[in-house]
Amino acid sequence: MTGTMDRVRSAVGAGRSWGRTVTDGSSSGNGHRSGDGAPAQTRRRRRGGGEQPMVPDAEFTSYYGRPVVRPSPWTADIPAYLFLGGLAGGSSLLAAGADLTGLAGLRRATRATALAALGGGTYALVHDLGRPSRMHHMLRVAKPTSPMSVGSWLLAAYGPLAGAAAASELAPAVLGEGRAAAVLRLGRAAGLGAAGFAPAVASYTGVLLGDTATPTWAEAGPYLPWLFVSGAAAAAGGAALVTAPRGQSAPARRLGLAGAVGELVATEVVKRRAGLAGEPMGQGRAGRYARGARWCTVAGAGLGLSVGGRSRLGAAAAGALLAAGSWCSRFAVFHGGQQSAADPRYTVVPQRERLRPGT
Amino acid sequence: MGFFTDTSVCIGCKACEVACKEWNHVPEDGLSLTGMSYDNSVGLGASTWRHVAFIEQPVAPPGPLATPTGAAQPGPGGAEAMSFRWLMESDVCKHCTEAGCLDVCPTGALFRTEFNSVVVQNDICNGCGYCVPACPFGVIGRREEPDHDAAVGLAQKCTLCYDRLRDDLEPACAKACPTESIQFGELAQLRSRARDRVATLQQAGVAGARLYGADPHDGVGGTGAMFLLLDEPEVYGLPPDPQVPTRRLGRLWRQAGLAAGTMAAAAAVAFLGGGRS
Repeated sequence: MTGTMDRVRSAVGAGRSWGRTVTDGSSSGNGHRSGDGAPAQTRRRRRGGGEQPMVPDAEFTSYYGRPVVRPSPWTADIPAYLFLGGLAGGSSLLAAGADLTGLAGLRRATRATALAALGGGTYALVHDLGRPSRMHHMLRVAKPTSPMSVGSWLLAAYGPLAGAAAASELAPAVLGEGRAAAVLRLGRAAGLGAAGFAPAVASYTGVLLGDTATPTWAEAGPYLPWLFVSGAAAAAGGAALVTAPRGQSAPARRLGLAGAVGELVATEVVKRRAGLAGEPMGQGRAGRYARGARWCTVAGAGLGLSVGGRSRLGAAAAGALLAAGSWCSRFAVFHGGQQSAADPRYTVVPQRERLRPGT
Repeated sequence: MGFFTDTSVCIGCKACEVACKEWNHVPEDGLSLTGMSYDNSVGLGASTWRHVAFIEQPVAPPGPLATPTGAAQPGPGGAEAMSFRWLMESDVCKHCTEAGCLDVCPTGALFRTEFNSVVVQNDICNGCGYCVPACPFGVIGRREEPDHDAAVGLAQKCTLCYDRLRDDLEPACAKACPTESIQFGELAQLRSRARDRVATLQQAGVAGARLYGADPHDGVGGTGAMFLLLDEPEVYGLPPDPQVPTRRLGRLWRQAGLAAGTMAAAAAVAFLGGGRS
């Protein structure tokens, strides 16, 4: 029986490239093998086609290839929220900075973006519930062990402040320039408050995914907050490049570029550190999103660096690409996790590795 | 309170699956034939709270518990004798001491009962689905069908027959089990009974007999449903080294805090150069 442990040659470790793998067609590997003889029907993954294998073949047993852990029941609403929540948080930070440095055009644009993203994100969250009519049950308890509870309370604090800051921008039009000053001061207070919560809104989602038994999310967990705040910065900077007046968009460009670099670095770190569980991020739907994210982010950053400061159109294109890269990256992480949960290999092999004597 | 499921005496009759469905009004979970031996309910889920796994396993030479068919199976190299054994296991929610589903539930719908079991309150759950990926055993699910069912959209799993326990009745599955493969009782008592049973089997030459979930120092603090298995856990679809995700939470929050701080700093720095580039 001890032979099983030896037969599980796994791939947990650092420094492997993702690439694409060719998986064999026998996806319905049975969990059967003999008691102590040769593995009878033990599932063996072959890789071929001349592609560089990313990880050594890992042999493992499973129950008819059925998943051990269950993929989340979440739909595209959730990665969309991951993006929109980050976009809102990043935009609120930009809005506060713009307010304090007197860049009224940038402030108006980013406050509006934050409110729109918050609205869209909240809609996505409620829409994804099994019982949307019970959304208020999220605020029934405050539970530090539940990142979703923490996030709900964060949004409950952040949302009204971001909303008030955006609403205050209507004051000059409604009340006239003269009487709007007091409202704008309140808007500043609300906006600064929102900015106080904004980084937490952008980062807690990494904890939320990391705190699961979904192999890819669990292994990438410690790096996900970094990936998500980077994506939030890239998305918010990018969106502001599209919406803010050209003469005021330099801080957005800087934040967007910093976010893009952070996103590329964090993605690489996840690849290297997640070991075998990082593999699904390079495969299938997740892999397509990951390649899209990389392409958009690199192109957006390149365009932003070269022409972003001079041409309005160039800046807008760069901004849109940065935001698109962030969007794709969130979907890559989401689908990577879902795919990792659906395949027992990513649950069983690392756990076997943990149990191996001497490790 | 909890279960000890001794798979060495399970006969795969599925009385536990049926009794569970009957008592708890669990709707049908699909009427298709899977081709996975005699298993058509596939695995635990929102509408399958007890699940009997069937593993047809080639064995050579026949082990003490093997069931030789006596039939000669023609192999690729000509006729050769082949024997196999059946492994059958009735799986159920583990009612973990450190329960991932319970920890992450944002509404408080999941709670720990006076029997130390973990139960969903149907009138509180809003179907956020967070408990589903948080379970290291893949037990809990969100019920998606049938349309008319009152619990559609809600997280559903074994309740350890909470209503029966409150009336001093044992859970329906244990009650229905004809071979006492499923035993219900005090955990400490069940653990010692399980250890005795493993020792007996090992003495009889069943080298593969082992306990699963009976160690309070494992990654979930021990489970309220322990199993006597005859092979590696993953053969039955169980995780070999389950860990509650919540144990990582402190580290995750620290990283989130650092990341959030860095983001705020980056935003501040972005404004240092002024509005025009």
